[in-house]
Amino acid sequence: MWGYLGRRILSTIPVVLIVAVLIFLMLRLTPGDPASVIAGDAATSADVAEIREKLGLSGSIVSQFFIWAGHALQGDFGESFFYKKTVASLIADRLEPTLALSVLTIILATAIAVPLGTIAAYRQGSWIDRGVMGLSVAGFSVPVFVIGYLLIFLFSLHLGWFPVQGYQRLANGFWGFLHHLILPALALAIVFIALLARMTRTSVLEVLNEDYVRTARAKGLPNLKVLVFHALRNAAVPIVTVIGISIAALLGGVVVTESVFNIPGLGRLTVDAVLARDYPTVQAVILLFSLTYVGINLVIDVIYTVLDPRIRY
Amino acid sequence: MSVLSIAKRGVLAAAVLGAALIALPCAAQQPTLKVVMHSDLKIVDPIWTTAYISRNYGYMVYDTLFAMDANNEIKPQMLDKYSVSADQLTWTFTLRDGLLWHDDKPVTAEDCVASIKRWAAKDSLGQKMNSFVKEWKAVDAKTFTATLSAPTGLVLLALGKPSSNVPFMMPKRIAETSPNEQIKEYVGSGPFVFKVDEWKPGDKAVFVKFAKYKPRAEPPSGLAGGKVAKVDRIEWRAIPDAQTAVNAIIAGEIDMVEDPKSDLIPVLEKDPNIKMFNQNPLGNQYVMRFNTLHKPFDNPKIRQAVFMALNQEDFLKAVHGDPKYYKVCKALFICGSPLATDKGMEGLLESNFKKSREMLKEAGYDGTPVVLMHSTDLEVLTNLAPVAKSLLERGGFKVDMQSMDWQSLVARRAKKDPPNAGGWNLFLTNWVAADVLNPVGTAFLNSSCEKALFGWPCDPEMEKLRDAFARETDPAKQKAIAEQVQLRYLEVPTHVHLGQWYKPVALRKNVEGMIAAPVPVFWNVSKK
Repeated sequence: MWGYLGRRILSTIPVVLIVAVLIFLMLRLTPGDPASVIAGDAATSADVAEIREKLGLSGSIVSQFFIWAGHALQGDFGESFFYKKTVASLIADRLEPTLALSVLTIILATAIAVPLGTIAAYRQGSWIDRGVMGLSVAGFSVPVFVIGYLLIFLFSLHLGWFPVQGYQRLANGFWGFLHHLILPALALAIVFIALLARMTRTSVLEVLNEDYVRTARAKGLPNLKVLVFHALRNAAVPIVTVIGISIAALLGGVVVTESVFNIPGLGRLTVDAVLARDYPTVQAVILLFSLTYVGINLVIDVIYTVLDPRIRY
Repeated sequence: MSVLSIAKRGVLAAAVLGAALIALPCAAQQPTLKVVMHSDLKIVDPIWTTAYISRNYGYMVYDTLFAMDANNEIKPQMLDKYSVSADQLTWTFTLRDGLLWHDDKPVTAEDCVASIKRWAAKDSLGQKMNSFVKEWKAVDAKTFTATLSAPTGLVLLALGKPSSNVPFMMPKRIAETSPNEQIKEYVGSGPFVFKVDEWKPGDKAVFVKFAKYKPRAEPPSGLAGGKVAKVDRIEWRAIPDAQTAVNAIIAGEIDMVEDPKSDLIPVLEKDPNIKMFNQNPLGNQYVMRFNTLHKPFDNPKIRQAVFMALNQEDFLKAVHGDPKYYKVCKALFICGSPLATDKGMEGLLESNFKKSREMLKEAGYDGTPVVLMHSTDLEVLTNLAPVAKSLLERGGFKVDMQSMDWQSLVARRAKKDPPNAGGWNLFLTNWVAADVLNPVGTAFLNSSCEKALFGWPCDPEMEKLRDAFARETDPAKQKAIAEQVQLRYLEVPTHVHLGQWYKPVALRKNVEGMIAAPVPVFWNVSKK
C-alpha cells in the first residue's frame, strides 16, 4: 500500500510537468498581449513595448519558461501582471469560496442523490423510481447557468428567500455564509445529483439481487439494515468513483457558477486572468487544479481499499 | 423504522434548516453605497494606465488643480487662484488653504510640480503642453509657476483635462516614481480614501469618506465645484455577469450599476424601485480606424469613399436600439461641445453607395478584401463590425471580417504586418466624448507617422494644424482652426466618426445627488 502511494505520488511529477509546459505554451501561443491590455487604449507602440519588457515578455519563450519554472520550483509563482499582488496571495484569497462551494455541493449532491437512488432501487418500477429517473434526466439536460438563473428568479427575486449574489466569509458568521452559498451549491449540485442518483440506483439494484442480500433478508434482518449495511456498502465502490469524478468535474462547474452568483473564487479568478492574459495567475491556477485532480484520484484509490478490503495494490 | 419514514425525516430536517436560512435577511442594511462599475479595478495608478476604471478610481482618491464644469469650462479646483502674465509666458498658480493629503500632511506646491511632471511625461496632451514649458517651479508652499517658451492655449486645456490621463495631484514622494513604474503608495487628497487593506481584486474596492477634505464653496457642477462626500463608505463590487448585476440591483443588494447592458435596460426601466440617469450628457463616440500603412487604405481617396458608404444611424441602432440613447452627429468634435461643427460633412455619412462605388473606381481600388477586425466580447462593440461589413460591401468594398475577443484585437492592432500576414485594415472602437473634444486631445487625429497610434497616419499638414491649435490662446481662433482640422480630416481621413451614444446608469430610487459629468463621480451622492 505505502509503496503504491509512493509510486502514485511520484507519477504526479511528469503529469504536473506536462501540464506546466502545455499551459505555458498555450498561453504564449494564444493571440493577445497583456502589455497592450495594461497600457490602455491611448498607449503608443513604444509604451506597450516598454511594459512588455518590464513584464519579462520580450525574451524568447524558452527563456521565459525556464525563468518561470525555476521560480515555481521554489514555490514562487510570481506577481500578477495586473493586480501587483503575488499570485500565491491572490489564490489564497480565492481558495475559501471555491472550496466552500465545492464541499457544500458535494455534501448536497451526496446527501440528496444517494438516498434518492437507493429508494428508487428499493422501490423499482414505482412512481418514486420513475420520478427520480425522470428528474435525473432533466438534471442532466439543463445547463448549470440556466439552473442558476432559474433558482435566482424563483428563490431570490420572486420569493426573496436567498441573496441574488455574493459570498460571505465563514469568519463573518456560519449562517450568513450558508445563506449565501445554498443557491449556488444547489445549482451546481443538480447535475451531480442526477448522475449520482442514477449510478446509486443501478449499483444498489445489482446488489439487491445478490445471494447474500437474500440471505440477510431470510434471516430476518430489517429492510433498512439490509439496505444500508448489506446493499449500499457493497454498492459503494462505483458510487465513490462517481463522487470522485464529480469533485474533479466541479472544477469546471465552479467557473460558471461563480460567475452567475458572483462568488469571488478561483473559477472567477481563472476567467478574469485568461481574459486579461494574466499569464502568471493562469499558470498557477491551472497547476493547482491539475494537482487537485491528481490528489482526488489518489484519495479515491485509497478509499476503495477501505470500502472493499479485497482491493489491494 | 421503514426506509421511507427515514427519508421523510430527512426531508423534514432539510425543510427546518431551509426555513432557518430563509429567515436571515437577504440584503444587509448598511449605510454603504454599493456600486457595480463597468469593470473591476485592477490598476491603481491612473497616470500609468489610461484605463477608464483607473481614471474613475483617480477621481475618488485624488484631486485636480482644475476641473471641467457642466458647461465644459475649465474652473479652478485645488487652486485658489491663477494668473497669466501680460506676455502670456508666465503662469502663476496658488493652492487653496487647508488642503491635506490622506496622511494628514499639507498639500504643497512642490507636490503639485512633481505630479504635473510625472503626468506630463506620460499623457499625450501633457507632453504637448510641456513642450511649451521651460520650467515648473515651486515658489513657496502654496505657489508655483510655469514659465513658457511660447504662448499656448494648452495650459488650461491640459491641466483641466477630464479624462485619461487626468493630471491628478499626488504627494511629491509618490509623484517622483518613474512614470513607467506603478506607484506603490495610494495617498491622495480627494474626497475619499482608498482602503488598500480591504481591496480584493475581482471582488471589491472600498473607499471611505475623507473627513478632513475641504470642499470648494461653490455647488458641484460637472467635475468642478464643491466635492462634498455624503456617504461614509462606497464599495465598488465586481459583478462581471450583466444579468447578475441587474438581478442584484432589482433585489436591492446593490445601489447602482454604472454600465447596464443595453438589452437589459428595458427591464430596469420597468422596475418601480429603479431610476435611470444619463450621467454623462456628452456621451461616447463610435469610430472606425483605418490602417494607413497598407492597401487599400494607404490611399486617402479610398478612405474618403468609406465616408460615402457608411451612415451613423445603422451602427447606433444596431447596438442601442432606442433612439433616446443615441444621437446622429456629423461634428467630429462632439455635438454640444464648443468646437462642434458640421463644416465639410454635407453629403457624407449618408450611405450613398453609388457615389462610393464611383469613388472607388476613380481611386483604382483593385478589389483586394479589407480585413475588418470584429470584437465579439464587448457588448457596446460586438454589433458594429457586421454593420460595417454590410455597408462597405454595398459601397463596393470586399470585406474579410475576422472575429476575435477584444484582447486579441488589442494585440493585433499593434501589428504593422500586412493584413494577409496577421495585420489588419479596419476595426471599430469607442471613445468617451471627453477624450475627443479638440484636435490635440483626439488621439486618432495624431498623424505623426511612427509616433501616431495604431493605424499610423502620416500627414504633416494635419500636424501643423494641431500645433497651430496648441499655440492659439483665443477661443474664437481655436474654433476656426478646429474647423480646418475637420476639413483636413475629411481630405486625409485618419478614422471615421460614427455617432454619439449614451448609456444611462441604473440607480435605486433611494440614491440621490448623482452628478452629470464626463466621468462617474460619487461626491454629492447620498443614500436614504
